Amino acid sequence: MKHETVTGAAAAPMHFEPQAAPKPGYLVIDQLWKVFGDFVALKGVSLDIREGEFVCFLGPSGCGKTTLLRAIAGLDLQSRGSIRQAGRDISSLPPSKRDYGIVFQSYALFPNLTIEKNIAFGLENARRPKQEIQARVAELLALVGLSEQAKKYPAQLSGGQQQRIALARAMAVSPGLLLLDEPLSALDAKVRVHLRHEIKELQRKLGVTTIMVTHDQEEALSMADRIVVMNHGVIEQIGTPTEIYRHPSTLFVADFIGETNQFPARMIRNDTVGLAGTELACASCEVAAGSDVNAVIRPVDIIPHALDGREDIKTPQNLIDVTVTEMEFLGGFWRCRLSSPRLGERVLIADFSINAVRRLGIEKGGAMRAELPQNRVLVFPKAA
Amino acid sequence: MSAVVSALPAGRAPRLQLSSDDVVRRGLMLVIALYLVLALAAPLYVLLSKSMSTYRFDLNAFEIQRSDDSGTAFGPARTVAALNADAKAITDAELDTGSDGRLSLTKLYEDFSFRSPVKYRIRGTTNDAAFLVGSDLKRGTDWVEVDSNTFRRVVLRPGRSVGFDNFVAYFSTPSLAQAIWNSVLMGAISTVLVIAIAFGLAYALNRSRMRFKGLFRLVMTVPILVPSLLPGIALVYLFGNQGLLKGWMMGHSIYGPIGIVIGSVFFTLPHALLIISTSLSVADARHYEAAAALRASKWRTFWTVTVPGARYGVISAAFVVFTMVITDFGLPKVIGGQYNMLAVDIYKQVIGQQNFEMGAVVSVLLIIPAIAAFFVDRIIQKKQVALLSARSVPYEPKPNPGFDWGCFAYCTLIAAFILTMIGVCQLAAMVKFWPYDLTPSLKNFRFDLMDGGGWASYYNSIEMALLTAVFGTIIVFTGAYMVEKSDGFRAGRSLFQFLAMLPMAVPGMVLGLAYIFFFNNPANPLHALYGSMAILVICTITHFYTVSHLTALTALKQMDREFEPVAASLKQPFHKLFFRVTLPVCLPAILDISIYLFVNAMTTVSAVVFLYSTQTQLASVAVLNMDDAGDVAPAAAMGMMIFYTNIAARLIHAAVSRVLLSRTQVWRGR
Ligand SMILES: Nc1ncnc2c1ncn2[C@@H]1O[C@H](COP(=O)(O)OP(=O)(O)O)[C@@H](O)[C@H]1O
Ligand SMILES: [Mg+2]
Repeated sequence: MKHETVTGAAAAPMHFEPQAAPKPGYLVIDQLWKVFGDFVALKGVSLDIREGEFVCFLGPSGCGKTTLLRAIAGLDLQSRGSIRQAGRDISSLPPSKRDYGIVFQSYALFPNLTIEKNIAFGLENARRPKQEIQARVAELLALVGLSEQAKKYPAQLSGGQQQRIALARAMAVSPGLLLLDEPLSALDAKVRVHLRHEIKELQRKLGVTTIMVTHDQEEALSMADRIVVMNHGVIEQIGTPTEIYRHPSTLFVADFIGETNQFPARMIRNDTVGLAGTELACASCEVAAGSDVNAVIRPVDIIPHALDGREDIKTPQNLIDVTVTEMEFLGGFWRCRLSSPRLGERVLIADFSINAVRRLGIEKGGAMRAELPQNRVLVFPKAA
Repeated sequence: MSAVVSALPAGRAPRLQLSSDDVVRRGLMLVIALYLVLALAAPLYVLLSKSMSTYRFDLNAFEIQRSDDSGTAFGPARTVAALNADAKAITDAELDTGSDGRLSLTKLYEDFSFRSPVKYRIRGTTNDAAFLVGSDLKRGTDWVEVDSNTFRRVVLRPGRSVGFDNFVAYFSTPSLAQAIWNSVLMGAISTVLVIAIAFGLAYALNRSRMRFKGLFRLVMTVPILVPSLLPGIALVYLFGNQGLLKGWMMGHSIYGPIGIVIGSVFFTLPHALLIISTSLSVADARHYEAAAALRASKWRTFWTVTVPGARYGVISAAFVVFTMVITDFGLPKVIGGQYNMLAVDIYKQVIGQQNFEMGAVVSVLLIIPAIAAFFVDRIIQKKQVALLSARSVPYEPKPNPGFDWGCFAYCTLIAAFILTMIGVCQLAAMVKFWPYDLTPSLKNFRFDLMDGGGWASYYNSIEMALLTAVFGTIIVFTGAYMVEKSDGFRAGRSLFQFLAMLPMAVPGMVLGLAYIFFFNNPANPLHALYGSMAILVICTITHFYTVSHLTALTALKQMDREFEPVAASLKQPFHKLFFRVTLPVCLPAILDISIYLFVNAMTTVSAVVFLYSTQTQLASVAVLNMDDAGDVAPAAAMGMMIFYTNIAARLIHAAVSRVLLSRTQVWRGR
C-alpha cells in the first residue's frame, strides 16, 4: 500500500513539466547570500518556485537548508539578495508582514493550550465571530483526522498527532506558502512513512505552495514535485525526483541521491571513458578527452547475465566477466560485491533482484557477466 | 575574516523593517535597561568617582584687587596665595576639604571692616575656578566687583582632583586598615567552618537513607527567613553578659570574633548547603560502582570520588559564603563589639562621621572580593554544566544502619543549633525580662513605646516587601523575556545582560551608599525619590535582581524558541503570546521570584539602612535600632515578627501555587 503512495508521488512531477506549470514565479529567490560572522552559509542561491508546487530542500546536515528557509520566513535576514513572493518584494519584511505558515521540527505547540485552542490561535483576532472560528477549527481537525482530540493538551498526543496539529495550526489562516523544517525527523520510521503520504495528500488537496526541508533523500524523492539539492551553501541541482535520480548533474548529487560505484577514470573520447584496465562506453558528455574524471554507475543499474551468454544481450557493450566475492541479502534484493582483473583493485557493488539471482544461479564465489549499460555510466569531471 | 566577507557581492545588506511588535519589545527592553542604569550603573559610577575625588582649595586659582577708600582706584591684582603668604591667615590643613568646602577671604585683610567703603574685585585665574557671592555661583576669569559688606559673603570653592589619595589616606590609618584584615580573617574562618558543616549536611541528605530528610531540609532553610541581626541577638542572650550559658565561654567574650563567626555560620549555612547539595546530587552512580568493583575502601571512595565530584560546588559555596560574611553588616553591628569590620566601617564613616568620601573608599574595597567571587562563580557554573551534561546515572544510596544513624545524629545536632538560636529569640521576646523574670508577656511587642519606628515600621516593611515582590517580579520577568525572546539588537541585549548580572557583585551597603550619593543630590531630577518608599523598593529590587533574573531566564530558556516565530507567522502580536502562553507556562518561576523578593525585602538591612526616612522606617532596621538603644528584647520580638511574616508568606505562596498550578498547569501531567 505504501508503495502505491511512492509511485504516485513519483508520477506527480509529470504535471509540472515547465510548459504545463500553472504560474511560474510565485516565489523568486535571487542571488541570496548569508554570512554568520565569517562563515558563509548561503552563496548566491537563486530559485524560482511555482504556485501550488511542493518543493524539497535536500542536502546533508549543515548545508544551509534551514538558513534558506528562515530567510524566506524572515526569521534570519539574508546578507545579500532579494526574495519576491506573489509579485511582492518581501526581502526586508518582518515575519508578521509575510504570508506563510510554518511547522518546525519541534512542532512548537503551545503546551498550556488545548489542541482546539492551538489551532484557533491564529484565527482569534480580526474580529471574527466565535462560531466561524469554531467551524474552521472543526474543519481543520477533520482534515487532519483528529476531531476526537480537540479537548486534549499537546502532551497527551503522540508525536505524529502533534505534528498534524502543528500542520493544522499553520494552515488555519490559509497562508499562501507553507514552510516545513524537517517536519518528520522527530518521528519513528513507521509513522514517518505514513505521514509523508498524509502531508502530501493534504498539500494536494489544499493546493498550497509548500517548501519542505529534509536531509532524507527518500522523503524528498517520494514527496516532492521538485527537489533542490544543496551542498555547502550552493544549489547543486534543481529538478524532478526522476531527473535528479537519473540525470544527476554533479558527482555530489549522484552520490547523495541513491548509491553509487565511483571509479577514477580518464576521458578517451566524448563517449568512451578509460578505467584502470578497461574502456567503457558512457553517456556522451562534453568533458575534454584526456582529462581526469569520475565514472559513476549505480548498483541497481548493473544488469546481470550468465557467463555462457545464453541470455540475449541487445547491445553487447560494457560487458565485464566478474567473480562474486560476497553476497548480502537485504530483504528486497541481493547486494553483491563483484571483482574482476579489468577493474583492478576496485570492487563493483551491484544490487540484483531475488528473481535474477535465482534465475542465473548467482552465488558467492561464482563467476558471472555484468553489463554496465552505456547510458547509465555517468561521467563527472574531477573537482579541481 | 574580511577575505570571506569580501566574497559577498557588492551592495548593502537589507535591513529588516521593524514590525510594531519589535518596536514595542525594544521599547520595553530600553525602559528596563534605563531602570537598571538609573538604579544601578549611575549610582555606582557616582560612588566610584566619589571615592577617587579629593577636594582642595587652590589659592593660586584666584586673584583679588582691592580699592582705596574712595572705592574707585584699585590696587594691583594679587593671587590669594600671595596675599596669604603675607597674612598667614589660612593654614595648609584648612585647604584640604570635602566636596562642600567653603573658604572665606576676609581674614586675609587684617584691617577688614564690612562697613568700610573699600571695594574688592575678585576673579579666577582659570576657567574652572569657582567662588560664591552669597549663593550666587561665579566661575571663570571675569572680574566680579563687590563692596566690603558683600565681600564677607564671598567664599571660595575647592577644586576637585581625581586620584587615589583617599585610598592612601585609608590605608595609612592603622585602625581602618585593620578592618580589612579583620573582615578577611572572619570571612576565612567562617567559610572553612560553614563549608565543613554544610558538606556534612549535604552528604547526609544526599547519600544516606536516614529518616526525616524533608524535615531537616526545611529546618536548614530557617535562617533565610530572619535578618542576620537575629543570630547576633540570640548569641547575646545565650552567651552575653547576662547570658544563660556564659560559663561556656570560659572567660572569653561573645562580643567580637567568636560571636561573628558563630552568627555567620548560622546565616550563611542555608546558602552553602543549597549549592553543595546540588553538586552532590548530580553524582554519577557509575563512579561508585567502579570504585566498589575496584574494592576501594569507603574512605578512599569518599576522597577519590565524592570530594572531587563536589569540588565545584564547594569552591562556589566558599566564595558565596566568604562574600556574604565580609559584606554583612547586621551581625557584626550587633555582636561585633569593638571588633572593626569593613561593612560596619562604612556605616560608621557615613552615619557616624558623615565622611562620605571615606565611606565610598571602603565600599570600593568591598566590591573587589565580591566581584572576584562573582567571576569565579561564573567560571565554575560553566564547568559544572559540563559535568552535568555528561549523561550520568543518578546515585541511589543503599541502607546502612550505622551510617544512617550517624547522619541522623549529625543533622539533629545542626538542626538543634538553628532551632535553639531562633527559640532563644522567641523566648526572650515572649517573657517579661529574660532571664530574670520568665512570666509570659507581650510587653516586648509594644513597639510603639520604643525607638525604631514602632509598629509603623513593621507595616512599612510589609508594604515595602509587597511592592518589591509585585513590581520586582514584573520588571525582572519583563526584562528577562525581552532579553531572551527578541532577536537582533545584539549589543543592546548583551549590555542588558551585563547590567542584570551586576547586582550580584554589589554588596548591599555599597548599593545603599551609592544611592545616597546619586539620589541625595539636589541637582538630580530624581532627588524627589530620596526618603520615599519608592527608593526603598527600587533599591531592594535592584539588590536582589540577579538571582530573580536568572530564575526567570532559566524558565524562559525551557520554552520552545519557535513560539515567537510561530505567533508572528500567524500574525498574532507578541503580547497575546506572552499573556496566553509564556506567562502561564512560567507561572511557577514567577511565583518563586515573587516569594524570593518578598522574603529578602523583609529581612534586608544593609542597603536600606542608609535610605529610610522617619516616614519609611522598616522592621529590619527597627531591630537594629532597638538593639542599638539597648531594647534587646523588643529587637528580638521584631525579628520574630519578620520570621512569622515570612513563614506566613511562604505558606500563602505554597497554597496559592498549589491552587494556581492545579488550575493552569493541568497540561503538565499526561
Ligand atoms: N545563527 C547561526 N550562527 C552561526 N552559524 C550558523 C547559525 N545558523 C546556522 N549556522 C551555520 O550555518 C550552516 C548551515 O546551517 P543550517 O541552515 O541550519 O543547516 P541545515 O542544512 O542542516 O539546516 C551550519 O554550518 C551552521 O553551523
Ligand atoms: Mg536544518
